[in-house]
Amino acid sequence: MEIEVLEGVFDANEIIAKENRALIEDGGLFMMNLMASPGAGKTSFIMRTIKGLEGKVSVAVIEGDIAGKVDSERIAGAGVPTIQINTGGSCHLEAKQVNTALNRMDLSGVELVIVENVGNLVCPAEFKLGEDLKVMILSVAEGDDKPLKYPLMFSESHVLIVNKIDLIPHTDFDMERLEETVRKMNPHVEIFKLSCRTGEGIECWIDWLEKRIREKQ
Amino acid sequence: MHEMSVTENMLDVVLRHAARNGADRVTRINLVLGEFSTVMEASVQFYFDIISKDTVAEGAELNFRKTKLIASCSDCGSEFEVVEYDFTCPSCKGSETEIISGREFQVESIEIK
Ligand SMILES: Nc1nc2c(ncn2[C@@H]2O[C@H](COP(=O)(O)OP(=O)(O)OP(=O)(O)O)[C@@H](O)[C@H]2O)c(=O)[nH]1
Ligand SMILES: [Mg+2]
Ligand SMILES: [Zn+2]
Repeated sequence: MEIEVLEGVFDANEIIAKENRALIEDGGLFMMNLMASPGAGKTSFIMRTIKGLEGKVSVAVIEGDIAGKVDSERIAGAGVPTIQINTGGSCHLEAKQVNTALNRMDLSGVELVIVENVGNLVCPAEFKLGEDLKVMILSVAEGDDKPLKYPLMFSESHVLIVNKIDLIPHTDFDMERLEETVRKMNPHVEIFKLSCRTGEGIECWIDWLEKRIREKQ
Repeated sequence: MHEMSVTENMLDVVLRHAARNGADRVTRINLVLGEFSTVMEASVQFYFDIISKDTVAEGAELNFRKTKLIASCSDCGSEFEVVEYDFTCPSCKGSETEIISGREFQVESIEIK
């Protein structure tokens, strides 16, 4: 006997992502899901963002890592509330883990929640967390050919951060080619080119983000 | 990769519908997998064989129906197949497009005894 099911495998995650959205809306918060490959500069970018928003927007961070707490200690050192989720081998965060973190954190006074997803360009793209904004980082060292290899991530992100532009002189990275490919996949993507090392380009990103947060409020 | 947790979710769906319909065995699971999904067929099969042991779905055949990446244009309304991830509308060159299929991973139906 054949039984019709018609149920999406990601539906269970999406139901919890909707609960997270409700938590975010009720708390008057703005949540950003930050995705990139290992070492692209996610933690460095979060540190720069916290510093850039200092005195303007209060931030809390949810750190997703397969193991360890190196990154959450770096962030806690910057004086913002931080919670660590160890996924224990899993290569992405799911809505349920973010739900637990949101419920455990003291979010009073917080305006922006940044989620550092697990370093991976494939899996995190499939799992909605209930975020307002999907931000991905591509670092110059990874090369400009990545969009066609990881199309889902590039086509679903609202923002593309091209990090480590200080390294461009040492590589054959072609910024024009990258932008052309990404715009075909994702015509409305916002692209920011910056260096978390030198600070170049950070201001432009901070201004844009602050505006987005204020618009929502 | 993420196929482990994805396969667990898929099995949950299957077992829930099997129980609801009083199945003794699930013999076949018909899945729809979009070509734009990051889920790998072979990995799902690999994990399924492990985690379905001692459930009514043990030994079920996984049947994948692949769907192409199809988008529709909000400007002119035409539907088109997205080739090489270029989402520009081939009819009007519009960039306001929406994915209709090709991104899904769905349990379409199950065959039970
Ligand atoms: N040259 C250069 N190095 C950078 C830049 N941003 C980050 N790095 C370096 O890149 C390395 C990785 O940075 P992280 O911020 O730890 O990267 P991540 O993405 O958080 O890494 P994981 O959490 O381990 O996946 C560090 O050695 C940083 O100092 C940059 O703009 N330019
Ligand atoms: Mg990090
Ligand atoms: Zn059109």
